[in-house]
Amino acid sequence: MSAAPQKTKSGSEQIEVTVSAVVAVNDLVTRFEFSRVDGQPFPTFSGGAHTVITMMDGSRRRMNPYSLMSDPADTSTYAISVRRDDAGRGGSLFMHTQVKVGDQMTLSYPVNLFALDLRARKNLFFAGGIGITPFLSMIAQLDRMNGNWELHYSVRTEALGTYADDLKTRYPNNVHVYYDDQSQSIPLTDLLDGQPLGTNAYVCGPKGMIDWVHATAKEAGWPDAQVHSEEFTAPQPGKPFEVRLCKSDMTIKVGENESLLEALERAGVDAPFLCRGGACGQCETDVVSHDGEFIHRDHWLDDDQHASGTKIMPCVSRFVGASLLLDR
Amino acid sequence: MTIQFNNETFRDDYSFRNSAWAIKRFPFPFHEDSYMYSVNMEQHRGGPEGSVYEKRFDVDEHYVSEMRDRALVLADDPLRCQSLPHMTLAGWDLLELIMVSKSEDYPDLFELHRDGNRWRWINKPMGIDDTFTFLDETTLPYGPMEYITRQAQGDFCVLDQRDDMLWMDAGMVTTQADWSLDFDIGMNFFEWHAPVPLAHEMGIFQRALKFLLNIQQGSPARRLNWTMTVNPLLDTSPENYHKWGIQKTTLTPENLGAKQHLRVELQTFFRLPRSNALVFPIRCYLCSFQDLMTMPKWGRRLHRVVRDLPVELATYKGFIDNRPMMLDYLSQYDDGLPTSRGVWPDFETEPPLQK
Repeated sequence: MSAAPQKTKSGSEQIEVTVSAVVAVNDLVTRFEFSRVDGQPFPTFSGGAHTVITMMDGSRRRMNPYSLMSDPADTSTYAISVRRDDAGRGGSLFMHTQVKVGDQMTLSYPVNLFALDLRARKNLFFAGGIGITPFLSMIAQLDRMNGNWELHYSVRTEALGTYADDLKTRYPNNVHVYYDDQSQSIPLTDLLDGQPLGTNAYVCGPKGMIDWVHATAKEAGWPDAQVHSEEFTAPQPGKPFEVRLCKSDMTIKVGENESLLEALERAGVDAPFLCRGGACGQCETDVVSHDGEFIHRDHWLDDDQHASGTKIMPCVSRFVGASLLLDR
Repeated sequence: MTIQFNNETFRDDYSFRNSAWAIKRFPFPFHEDSYMYSVNMEQHRGGPEGSVYEKRFDVDEHYVSEMRDRALVLADDPLRCQSLPHMTLAGWDLLELIMVSKSEDYPDLFELHRDGNRWRWINKPMGIDDTFTFLDETTLPYGPMEYITRQAQGDFCVLDQRDDMLWMDAGMVTTQADWSLDFDIGMNFFEWHAPVPLAHEMGIFQRALKFLLNIQQGSPARRLNWTMTVNPLLDTSPENYHKWGIQKTTLTPENLGAKQHLRVELQTFFRLPRSNALVFPIRCYLCSFQDLMTMPKWGRRLHRVVRDLPVELATYKGFIDNRPMMLDYLSQYDDGLPTSRGVWPDFETEPPLQK
């Protein structure tokens, strides 16, 4: 229980922004730049951080994470680059087709799941395609600190080499670009061999590339802790379901692309939360009764609690079945 | 509100005192009549006006004297402040966090003027007016973490986050409950908590670590911890145990109310922006038993908590030998009446002592 039971209202860490620029980088990638509605400076952040952008697509709320690619020290703007995914859930298409300069949107505070190891004597970056974006903010940060870094960047073609030309021009000695259509590929085995002690490797790109770098590094004897990759943890979509809330005396519907927590918030229920990632325990909610199956995705409850059907973490977990009654 | 700063000591003649204001806002840590470990975290986003939870970094009447005591500790033992080489950026993050917070929360006491990276910092209570270049260590008399934590109450652990783990890689630790930064420097979260009894078996630390790894920028958190200290000592370090440990044997039934202090730590947690490190300020508040007894609810409750605490915890917290004498004292203030929920003294609504 609370040390100081005076309770502040639950609220996520959001920044209201205006779209200040929409720049087509190439056929697939568009850059979005933002300024703050309240005119305050943006929080500084660490290279590799991402933000979760909230898109109001009609009555549907979409929330997607994107790496912040702007210079962390520049508090006047945030920028993200979005690759259009024609087969995705629709968030990137919405960004590409609906978002215009002057639109108001909401960004989360920066969250970093892909941070630089500041002990590293050298930083070896491997990027594939749109996976370049977190490295742009890392490079800006290291450039300021006179950090030691090297980028190996694999792109499909010159035309689709997002920011490749800019990077080569600005950092001709640090940046190496490889073009698929010219049958070039990152000489990974050679690069991982003979790096100075204390080098850290970072990879962001397609899953196959991430696995390739991890496996090759392992084979070459690299410690796991010195090979880093980006991994988003966000609520997963699922089948819509209905929940009866005892204390609030109402029934709510949880949509396909929203979490139970988001549905509670949408219904005006002040539900506690902190991490929104299934780890902190803040939103732990008692189940009064249920007829169906839980889809537990949190790391908070233990296996027995998951099996007991008496608790749910609404930030990430879902339910499939006939009825669910919560003590909320 | 302008704070009247005390001129007091936390050693030798122990002239430390709490004013009536400080007693009323003391962060009494027990929300019910018993105590067991819990992660007991909540968001650190203000609190009731005047409470220790209201500001990001609470400044109270002990500020100037606590900073004087810190300087004395550091003069004797410079290893109380350490920062591994990769933690300098986190030190700047912390300096910015404290300067911005204090100048916004206490504009009558602190001022920060920023022109690009050229910063001017004015600390009126300590008579400091320095101009320096942000992110340039050569422009400050100490490293950034040491500079600012010589001007901020409480200990500061600056934890690096790597491999889903926290590492004690920097800190300023002079007001600690019997642990040593010099011993713990470079340890991970489980290593430095290894001496704590019961909590490991309860899974407390796994949960706490998960929570802490997920603390995000703009979402600081807080919790309370507590122990007991004989005499109002800030520096109860293992390094100086030979000086203060013996004082635990000086308690008598006559002097206990004045000498025995409840020691409460307001622990806060902030994600630092540039370094992605986590800063863990541990702010120590001391209150003598006799001052606590001026709040009837706290008197009733403290007796019940101390009486029912498991032996392991009373041993770990260092008062198992003195517990019988403490209970003799405290039982005078427990009339068996029920207590209201929560930590607040509820002085106006709780009945006075019925014996």
